[in-house]
Amino acid sequence: MTRYLIQRIVGMIAVMFTVVTIVFVIVRVAPGDPAAVMLGPDATPADIAALRERLGLDRPLVVQYVYFLGQLLRGDLGQSIFLNMPVLSALAERAEPTFFLTVFSIFIASAVALPVGILAAYRRGSLFDQLATTLAMLAASIPSFWLGLILIQVFAVRLGWFPVSGYGGPGAPFLVRLTHLVLPALALGIVSSALITRFTRASMLDVLNDDYVRTARSKGMGEFRVVMKHAFKNALIPVLTVIGLTMALLVSGAVVTETVFGLPGVGNLVVSAVLRRDYPVIQGALLVIAALYVLINFAIDMLYLAIDPRVRY
Amino acid sequence: MAAVSSPALAAPPKLASLIVQRKTLLIGLIVLTVIALLAILAPLIAPYSPTRLSVVNRLKPPSERWWFGTDEFGRDIFSRTIYAGRLSLLVGAVATVLAAGIGIALGLIAGFFRRADPVIARIVDAMMAFPDILLAISLVAALGPSLATVIVALGIVYAPRLARIVRASTLIIRELPYVEAARALGVATWRIMIRHILRNLVSPVLVQATFIFAYAMLAEAGLSFLGVGVSPEIPTWGTMIAAGRQYVGQADWMTLFPGIAIVLAVLSLQLLGDGLRDLLDPRLRKDL
Repeated sequence: MTRYLIQRIVGMIAVMFTVVTIVFVIVRVAPGDPAAVMLGPDATPADIAALRERLGLDRPLVVQYVYFLGQLLRGDLGQSIFLNMPVLSALAERAEPTFFLTVFSIFIASAVALPVGILAAYRRGSLFDQLATTLAMLAASIPSFWLGLILIQVFAVRLGWFPVSGYGGPGAPFLVRLTHLVLPALALGIVSSALITRFTRASMLDVLNDDYVRTARSKGMGEFRVVMKHAFKNALIPVLTVIGLTMALLVSGAVVTETVFGLPGVGNLVVSAVLRRDYPVIQGALLVIAALYVLINFAIDMLYLAIDPRVRY
Repeated sequence: MAAVSSPALAAPPKLASLIVQRKTLLIGLIVLTVIALLAILAPLIAPYSPTRLSVVNRLKPPSERWWFGTDEFGRDIFSRTIYAGRLSLLVGAVATVLAAGIGIALGLIAGFFRRADPVIARIVDAMMAFPDILLAISLVAALGPSLATVIVALGIVYAPRLARIVRASTLIIRELPYVEAARALGVATWRIMIRHILRNLVSPVLVQATFIFAYAMLAEAGLSFLGVGVSPEIPTWGTMIAAGRQYVGQADWMTLFPGIAIVLAVLSLQLLGDGLRDLLDPRLRKDL
């Protein structure tokens, strides 16, 4: 177990090191001078030279790379050019809407997908199963930003049940902020539920015909208990994996959805940074989100140990 | 002994009948063909030029004259939607071919040459840690927004998915006796890789490529919607939805129809991918 943990952590560090290198390369492959691109056509050569010096772009690539690694080890993601503040602070300031959006979306997705997936597998081949499978495929084909716009049209503009956009302004009470998250979370949750439904169904189909399920039935156990306690518990590992990965994918969905709903989250920050070529912010956001993905994967692996006694490393 | 008909000895079913037996594959194929034909034949089908401005007819709702309504410049949305399909399908297809080229090459090299494997596998793992849209917009930001950079960025973003599948299969196939025999006969390494290994990877690559086509189309629409993809003047389904965003509640048809086009195109590709997986994977064939 300890050996597995060490191996896993070393692997994680190696992947993160490669992630850092890729992020470093992405910003440096920009054609032309990144400083000139960032400052735009009106910048003077002196401004460009000053920014090059500030960002360390005037140094050899290897030196820049070592300096970049050193900065990261100190927890410094650099300084945003346009916001004039540390990237880490900019990300932290915008983390709340993205965090709650991700949590609510995964809650909605799981609340829809788990019962539907379980019931579809239990009634394999039935009308419900066919409908669930078709709707799951349809949901996976819908761009979340388009669904967001449709939800705005119906529930915000026509019915007026929810706000059209924003996050309630500075200092808004939590409940008000929550109402701003309902439609974006629905848009992301519905799209994400597709993958979880399909995995839950497939995973349940794998276990529903197993011997222990038959044994539980032959002992006279109620169907609900058989399905939930014996079958679902054993089908949980692939389902948990896909929920974890969906959580990481939601960050990607949040980039577009936050823009549709004008939520001041990390996704919105990244899009504005891309439009303004604020490379330190793009770089920092890429690093933090990739690190989250790697950590979520690690946490899922560790969760296996807690929920399945058969898993031993 | 009485003659017993064995299923193993029966003539293999023809491809057409295999396709017809699989409803998902058939529906996916039909819908995709219709969308592709509409896009290809757009100049013959479109009632108006997609760029024809008619300010007096701006924001007209769907009617007999304008089937999908008109946009803020009075342009016909039906004509724009079918023209936009050309570019959306083209971006998806070329990005998929690029992803397949890079992914297959990396996967084959990693699977075949033990020394290259750790480096390539690590890069692939790291690339897959980035959410696809985020990596794509960062690459587009670095390379400068244009149609070509969107295609290149999406090709790079989706290549690791194929590299992973090709590497895993290559690792198994390279140990099979026929590959060893080819090696013993002195067949050149590149020939073994292409003739003996790559040929056996056609099915998984084809299935995965169909899904990548669908993801790439969704991602392109997302990038165009955000304004970091192709120029807003170029009609793609993403740029059309982005333009319609300003008129939500006033001209909902501006976002509705290009959105339905994306959903249908992506859905048809997913049905096709699912159907192909059933058709090409003998383990799943028994479920029919």
